Parts: sequence; C-alpha cells; structure tokens
Amino acid sequence: MTDPILSVRDLRVRIGRREIVRDVGFDVHREQTLGIVGESGSGKSMTALSATGLLDTPGAVVDGSSTLAGSTQLVGASPRLLRSVHGGRIGFVFQDPGTSLNPLLTLERQITESLETHRKMTRRQANTRALELLEAVGLPDPQTRLRGYPHQLSGGQRQRVMIAIALACDPELLIADEPTTSLDVTTQAQIIELVRTLQRDFGAAVVWISHDLGVIGQVADDVTVLRDGQIVEQAPILDVFDEPQNSYTRELLHARPLVGRSQPAPAPHDAPVLLRVDGLDVRFPVTTPVGKSTVHAVKQLSFGVRRGTTLGLVGESGSGKSTVAGALTGLVEPDAGSAKLDGIDVFGVRGAAQKALRRRIGLVFQDPFSSLNPRVRVQTAVDEPLRVHRLARGARARQTRVAELLELVGLPTSFASRYPHELSGGQRQRVSIARALAAEPELLILDEATASLDVSVQAHVLDLLADLQRELGLTYLFIGHDLAVIQQMSHDVVVMRDGEAVEYRPAAELFADPEDDYTRALLAAVPPARPRAAV
Amino acid sequence: MAFFTHPITRFIARRLLHSVVVLLGVLVLVFALVHVVPGDPVRIALGTRYTPEAYDALRSASGLDRPIVEQFFGYIGSALTGNLGVSFRNGDPVTLTLLERLPATVSLGLVGIVIALLIALPAGIWSALREGRASDAIVRVTSQFGVSIPDFWLGILLIAFFATTLGWLPTSGYRPLFDDPAGWLRHIVLPGLTVGLVAAAIMTRYVRSAVLEVASMGYVRTARSKGLTPRVVTFRHTVRNALVPVLTITGIQLATILGGVIVVEVVFAWPGLGRLVYNAVAARDYPVIQGAVLLIAALFLLINLIVDVLYAVVDPRIRLA
Amino acid sequence: MTTFADETTRVASWRLLLRNPVTVVSAVVLGVVVFVAVAATWITPFGVNDVDVPNALQPPSGDHWFGTDELGRDLLSRVLVATQASMRVAVVSVAFAVVVGVTVGVVAGYRGGWVDTVFMRIVDVMFAFPVLLLALAVVAILGPGTTTTILAIGIVYTPIFARVARASTLGVRVEPFVQMSRAMGTGNLYILGRHIVPNIAGPLVVQTSLSLAFAILSEAALSFLGLGIQPPQPSLGRMIFDSQGFVTMAWWMAVFPGAAIFVIVLAFNLVGDGLRDVLDPKQRTMIEARSKR
Repeated sequence: MTDPILSVRDLRVRIGRREIVRDVGFDVHREQTLGIVGESGSGKSMTALSATGLLDTPGAVVDGSSTLAGSTQLVGASPRLLRSVHGGRIGFVFQDPGTSLNPLLTLERQITESLETHRKMTRRQANTRALELLEAVGLPDPQTRLRGYPHQLSGGQRQRVMIAIALACDPELLIADEPTTSLDVTTQAQIIELVRTLQRDFGAAVVWISHDLGVIGQVADDVTVLRDGQIVEQAPILDVFDEPQNSYTRELLHARPLVGRSQPAPAPHDAPVLLRVDGLDVRFPVTTPVGKSTVHAVKQLSFGVRRGTTLGLVGESGSGKSTVAGALTGLVEPDAGSAKLDGIDVFGVRGAAQKALRRRIGLVFQDPFSSLNPRVRVQTAVDEPLRVHRLARGARARQTRVAELLELVGLPTSFASRYPHELSGGQRQRVSIARALAAEPELLILDEATASLDVSVQAHVLDLLADLQRELGLTYLFIGHDLAVIQQMSHDVVVMRDGEAVEYRPAAELFADPEDDYTRALLAAVPPARPRAAV
Repeated sequence: MAFFTHPITRFIARRLLHSVVVLLGVLVLVFALVHVVPGDPVRIALGTRYTPEAYDALRSASGLDRPIVEQFFGYIGSALTGNLGVSFRNGDPVTLTLLERLPATVSLGLVGIVIALLIALPAGIWSALREGRASDAIVRVTSQFGVSIPDFWLGILLIAFFATTLGWLPTSGYRPLFDDPAGWLRHIVLPGLTVGLVAAAIMTRYVRSAVLEVASMGYVRTARSKGLTPRVVTFRHTVRNALVPVLTITGIQLATILGGVIVVEVVFAWPGLGRLVYNAVAARDYPVIQGAVLLIAALFLLINLIVDVLYAVVDPRIRLA
Repeated sequence: MTTFADETTRVASWRLLLRNPVTVVSAVVLGVVVFVAVAATWITPFGVNDVDVPNALQPPSGDHWFGTDELGRDLLSRVLVATQASMRVAVVSVAFAVVVGVTVGVVAGYRGGWVDTVFMRIVDVMFAFPVLLLALAVVAILGPGTTTTILAIGIVYTPIFARVARASTLGVRVEPFVQMSRAMGTGNLYILGRHIVPNIAGPLVVQTSLSLAFAILSEAALSFLGLGIQPPQPSLGRMIFDSQGFVTMAWWMAVFPGAAIFVIVLAFNLVGDGLRDVLDPKQRTMIEARSKR
C-alpha cells in the first residue's frame, strides 16, 4: 500500500465551549474510497471540512494534524496555502445541487475559474478543457450546455457539473459530502457509477460522506463510523458489514430497511375495500415571472385499499404521489375522477358530511419540524381533533384522552405539557401520529412520514405503525420513495411515475417479479444489502 | 427565438400590464380626490375671493358642473392627451406648470440617489463582509442614525452651518444645469446632500442584508472550495449576485425620493414639484394637486418598470426561463 | 435532520433580547419617552404658551434648561408637550394601520382567490404613492389638523402592514401543521386564531416598532409644513420651522426639538432591530450561536 493521500490524526473541532469533533483520525489512499458514515449531528461534515481547511463557521477552533500527500500540513495552514490546495489538489462536491452553483454565471465560467487559477490556462485552453470535462461526466449535449446556466439543468445534471468542477484541475483527493442525498434513487445510482469510473480514470482518492449505509456499501473500501463527533468503528468495508465490532454500528446495520428483508403481517382475509379511487386527475397552474403554465400532476389514477391493510404508493420526486394525499384530504382540488371511502363520495361531500369524512381520514406529513405549531403545547396540538369533532367533553376528558394517545405512541404522558422545540424529530413524529389518531380515523395517510428521520429512529416509528395497524385495525395509505420501507409496510403497491401508475399489484408479487421496466430500474438502483466489494 | 414568445418580452408584457392596471387605479383615486372633499372644493379654493360670478366661472371652467360619470371619462380622456386642467389659483394650465417644475425635482432626485449609492454600496458591502466585527457595528449604528434624522432638520442644520455661518454655499435657490453649470452645482450640493445622506442610510441597510443573504448561499462556499482568491469570491460571486436585489431597492428608493423631496424643497426654496404640491395643498388648488400626484405616481411606476426590465436582462433565470 | 439550532437549549426570547446592550438602552430611552408622553402636562416647569418677551431668545440656563424661543416661551416645556402630542398621533395612527392592515392582509393571504387579488391591487395602488404625498393628499381633502394627521398617517401606513401580514400568512398557511389542521376538518376561525396569528406575530411586532418610528417622522414633516398639529398646540416639526429665522443666533431653538425627534425615532428603530434579531428565526440562530461564546 502506498502512502496515504490524506492522513488525519487527533482531529478536534471546538465551537465556543462545545466539542463538536474529538480524537478523529483516518487515512485515505490513492484510488481508494473512504466512507464516513454517521447520523445527523455526528460531525461527519465538520470532520471533512476541518480536515481540509475549508471550515468557516465563526468561532470554530481546529486542532490536530491533517497531512496531504505526506508533506503538506492543512490544519493551521496559511490562507494562501489553503487556496492553492482547494480546487488544485482537493476537489469538493457538496450536497445540494440547487444552491451550490452560481445562478448568474455560465457553466463554462464556473469550470474555467479553477482552471485559470490553478493551472494558469488561457481562456481558450480552459474552455476546451471545460468541454472535455462535461463530456467526461456524461452531461448530454455538452457543447450547448457550456453557454447555459444552472437553472436549465435537473438536480442530477447539476451534480454532474459539480463533479466536473471538482475534478477540473486533476486533484489528488475528492471530498464528496452527501452528494447523492438530494437525488432520486435512479439518479443516485448513476452518480455513484460516474464517480467510480472517474476515480479510476483520474486516479484520485475519494472521501465519501453519507448517512446512508447502503450508499456507503456501494462506494467505500474503508469505513469510518462517527457518532457525536467521535469514531466508534473504523475498518475495511467487509469487516464493518459482516462483523461489526461496535453496538452502534450493529444498530445502524440492523435498522436499515432492506429490500427482501421484511414484510408486513399478513392481511386480514377477505377484507372489504375501504377506499376506492377511480380515474383521479389533478392539474396545477404554475405561475412564473414569465407566465402561467400547467403541471399535470396526477393522470387517471385508480386503486383500492382494503380495510386493515397498507397500500404503498411509491415514486420518485415529481411522480405526483403527494398530490394524491392532497386530493384525498381536501387540500387540493381534483380535476376529474372519484374517490369513495366506504361508499361515501370523498370529493363531493359538503358541510357536516364533509367534516365527518375528514375525521375518518387522518394525515401525517414528512417534516417533523413543521408538522407541529411551535407556539402550542403537545396537549393542545393533540387534542385539536377532539375539540373539532367533539370527541371528548371538557378539559379533563381531553387531558385523559391525550394521555392515552401519548401512551399509545410510546411517549411519556409528561410530554403533554412540552413545546415542540423540546422534543426530538422522532418524538415529534410520534406526536403527529397521536394527533392523527385522536380523531379515531379509519384511513391514515402517511406522506413520507419517516423520510426525514434518522435510520434508527425510522425503524422504531415503522414498528410503532405496524403495531398500531394490528391493534386498531387501521388502514394505511403509505406514500414514500424508499422501496425497502414500502416493502416492509405494504400489502399492495402502486408504482407512480410522472403522475401515472406504471404498476399496481400485491407487494409480494411486485417485489418478486416486477413487470414494468421502470419498477425494475427502481429496484435495481436500490443499494443492495451486501457491499459491492462482497460480490 | 420569436419576439412575442421570448421570455423577456412576456415578462415585460406582464409587468407593463400590471403597471397599467395600477395606473388606472391611481387615476380613479386622483379623480376621486376632488369629489371626496367635505364641502364644496370650488368655494374652498376661492376662499376670500368668492363672488357668485367667479364661482360659476371657475366651476364650469373645471367641468365640475357636469354629471359625475361624464366628468370621470372626460378627466381620463384629457389626462391621456396631456391636458390636466387649469389651476384654481392662477388659471395656468396644470400640465405646463408641472413640466416647468419637473427638471428641478429630477435633478435633485438623481443627485440624491447618486450620492446615496456612492455611500451605500461600499459601506453596505464592507459592513456585510465584516459581519459581527466592530467595523460592521459602526456602519450599522451610523446608518441607524441616518435613518432616524428628520430630513428637514438636517437641511436646516446644513444651511446654518455651511451657508449662513461659513458662507461657502448659497442658502437656497436653483440654477438650471445647462444655463449655469457651476451655479447648478453650488446650489444643488446642500439639498442633494440632505436627500442623499438620508437615502444612503436607508440603502446601506438593504445592501448589507442583500450581501449577507448571498454570502450564506451554497455557491459562495463552492467558490471558496475552488481556491479562488477572496477578492474573486467577494466580487464575482457574492457582490455580483447581491446586485440584483440591490437594483430593485435602488429603483424603489429613487421613486420614494421623488415623492419625499417635498419637505427638502420647501426648506431650500427649491422650485420643484414638491414645493408646488405643498403650495397647492395650502391653497386647496385641486387641479394642481391632482396633476402633481398623478405625475409623481406615474414616474414611480415608470421607474419600477425600468428596474423590472433591467432585472429581466441581468438575471438569466428570467432571460432564459 | 436536526440542525445546530435545535440541538442547543432554547433561550427564552426575553432573555436573548436583554443580552443586547443596545436594545436595552433603547428600551430604557423609550420608557422615558413614554413617561413623558403620559405625564408631560404635569411635569412642565412653565406653561407652553407663557409669553415672556423680555426673556426672549435666552440660551440654555438653570431656569430654562433648553433656553427660550423668540417669544420668551420655555423651550423645555414646549418640547415635552410637543413630544406628548407626537407620540399620541403616532400611536393612534399606527394602531389604526395595524388593525386595518393586518385584517386585510390576513384575510387576503388566507382566503386567496379573488379576495386576495382585489385587496392586493388596492394595496398596490396605494404603494404607487410616496408616503408623504399620499398624506398630503388626505390633508388636502380634509384640511389640516391633528385628527386629519392621524387619519392621513394611519391610511398611509396601512398598506405596509397588509403586505407584511399577507406575506407571513401565506408562509404559515403552507406549513404542514396548518395543512394537517385543514385536512382534519378544523374550522377556519380556530386555524386563524390558534395557528396563523400567533405565528405571524413576529414580523408584525417588528414592523410596528419601525412604523412607529416613521410615523413620528411623518407627523413632524406634516407639522413642519404647517399641515399637521396646528398652533397654538406646540409641535416638534413646527418648532423647527419657526426656528429657521433664528438658527444662527439661537441654535437651541432648532437643535432641541430636532434632537427630541431624533432620539425618539432612533430608540424605536433600535428596539425594532433588536426585536427582529430575536424574532426572525434565521437571525435568531446566529445570535444564539454568537452568545454562546
């Protein structure tokens, strides 16, 4: 093994009196990828940014050592030295393609900037190189795109451009900070392949940061697991996946939803259909500064959900799945189609009948931080349905009921007097579920309800939902993009793409033998349980 | 790309339509001005000069004896052809009076905004880049002071100091630019400073917050990660992107100045639209008030429209939607 | 994913406000101003219109802290009572603007549709007029005087509150917790009262403080032009106007009324800024982070 490209020892980052990162050390070798994995707040981004001298949080103090190619010390280096290293010897790819590119500069200019700075190229030479780079990252129609702007590209295409920028000056090291987290699973798979190919071609070392063990499994040769700013495990990838030494690592591995690992409890026999949707069609007017246009979000969608079972509605972003939830709960006006809950016309009811219907359909959203009114205590948030539908008379009765509900979702009853900001993300989602259950609904719509939670927290919430379905006979419409989670929860599945249902079958059949190409592509793109190195 | 479907054309068309709708609303409001007055506007305007003959004459001359609907369309019609009636006070055509006074106000406004930009742009950018440090605090406090000062008070103090005491500059009056450039300059310094300093204080705060907002964007971090020099990161990435919202603010500020110079014009006896409006209000000279309000509002809308167009040209997200 | 702001323990708004010395000082100054506004008539050493020609144009002294004007009237007393008048005008007119503007803005933002379009077109038209011009137009219709001034300033400041309230309402309306309430069947009134209004209070409080500052300036400008508070009632703006002929020989006639306006407006502005730092979530994270050091 040759000497490491980057060698980090005793790295420590302090902000004020808090230690964010403590005693971190790792090595990264040529043509090898180090995966740094951890949940939110583990300090993985901080580690990478401070090890490469890019950290600019006010008041942050970095100690320790970070040596580039055995000779250049990066911690405490002069700004001038760091400037020559950044872009020249280390390239960076960040998470959010939406804001990582300057909207006012052409793509060409954003690439040639570093070429002119580090390689002292003339404008013409740099332009030629920029074209080569765009071709290398697989951007369609690169010649035209050069003169174009970021807003004309999709998320995945922008990330390709970011990679081109990062590799422009042929750096020795590439730092990729959650580069595929905001992308669809199919795009993610493409980007992972792209980086792999380029790593080989350019001969660079890569540090890949992610919270997703599946992705790490696909990209890394060595893994460092971080928790609360400290290393809990550090080993080659196969060792980490097959023989994890640390209990936290084991927990992370175990909590990952995997395709083919779990199914829901068997559906009740001959359950009648609770919700039937026929030909649902929704269009949105979109107003931009230049005029109005229409987005056809849902096209002629039909499906049925049997009582006591879960229907999984899966699709990537823009597939229209969340619009379906909006239409069923009255937040979005459908343009055509019908929906019947136990025979009642969902779109047609008005007045008191409509209010009664709202009670029978519950809703839980994705973002735990904006799902609760920050100014209102848990007690008041959860008892809102009780007030609205007059399910409990008087404050005392409401208090008792709220306590029952909190217990039902696994929260201590003392939480009733807390404000949302005093709770963690997972706890807030449980409160949202408790609130949804307060109305004693028959159908519960879960719109990406666990997508923003850490993997371990998600596992617990999914278990809770499964228990509740069994105990209370609830029916779920589970909307999500993660196929493994969908498989774990659903009895039947609808796969959506561009507003249409491309496949609608019982889950067991769909996952065993998908009929549609798109479904097959989705399944193929999901990072498998075993790391790539094991194959 | 075809002209009519080009994004910029469509954008401008929408903004133009919006402005026209607002202008119509302004016309209605301005027209209503005269008719909402409690009491009889003609009688009030004549005041002590009232005689039955003068009353009748003025009333029919201003068309106030005709049915209201007819008056409304008549007003709109003549307004669109440039006829805004005659003054209650001295019978001069309103349009002519307005046009005579316009250059003085426009020069004051332009000088004011130029002074404001010369101060606010560097101060706001500098303060934002040194956010949290002492120099930032100094700029912020100073701009707070500037925003809190009554402009007429500032004007009086400046006159007292520079004109009366030191005698460097004249205390009041105006010289047209093309007749007497040196005189124009000497006379416009103090009123220009009065308008400009207060506007500078307001704009510094906006520039600072625009730059701060851009500095926290992801692409600035990307720029740093490319190892670009601080100067390039600051100017090509941060400041340049902040200029887009700053452009909008400049337009708003210029338009606000045009309406706010009233008091400064009074202090400096500046023969502009502002002083005209003031005298007209004091004398209840409604046609002049209507005409001036309409003109200023129209200028306001025009400036905002120009800013929108520049915006469309500068921002590729609109240009190539 | 949690962010740093959520991980830190949350400090109560009041305490954060108190950590900023500038805000504290300004709040104290405002307290003094409010006291003057309430108690002015009882604490004046002299009558506001006690003419005393032999003692005219006296510089500040033990007897007359702010000096006397061209008619020998005590400037301190006049400034105190004029401050009271200005504050009254500012508070009443801004109260009017808040009530009307916020109602219009919230209704427009919440209901959307044609209600929103109509209201906002009207607001746009009002925004097409520079502030002082619109106030003058109102004065032109109704004649000069204190009541007109209050009405004029109130009308002129309504649009900004409508816009701020509408923008905030639109922002809160699409928050998941509001959507969940609507999906649940909760009535509009409950949603407005419990979910919308408490969450738009922040920007509105900030805007109120800033508008109070501008209202004082507008009232002073109108009085300066002789169209606001009418003599013999003293007003800060008119006092400055009257001082024009005497500036070089009696500087105190111009300086003290102007300084009074300046101090009051500055205090409102600084308190408003301090409030914004605490109530605006983005600013707040920065302040909290900084105060940990």
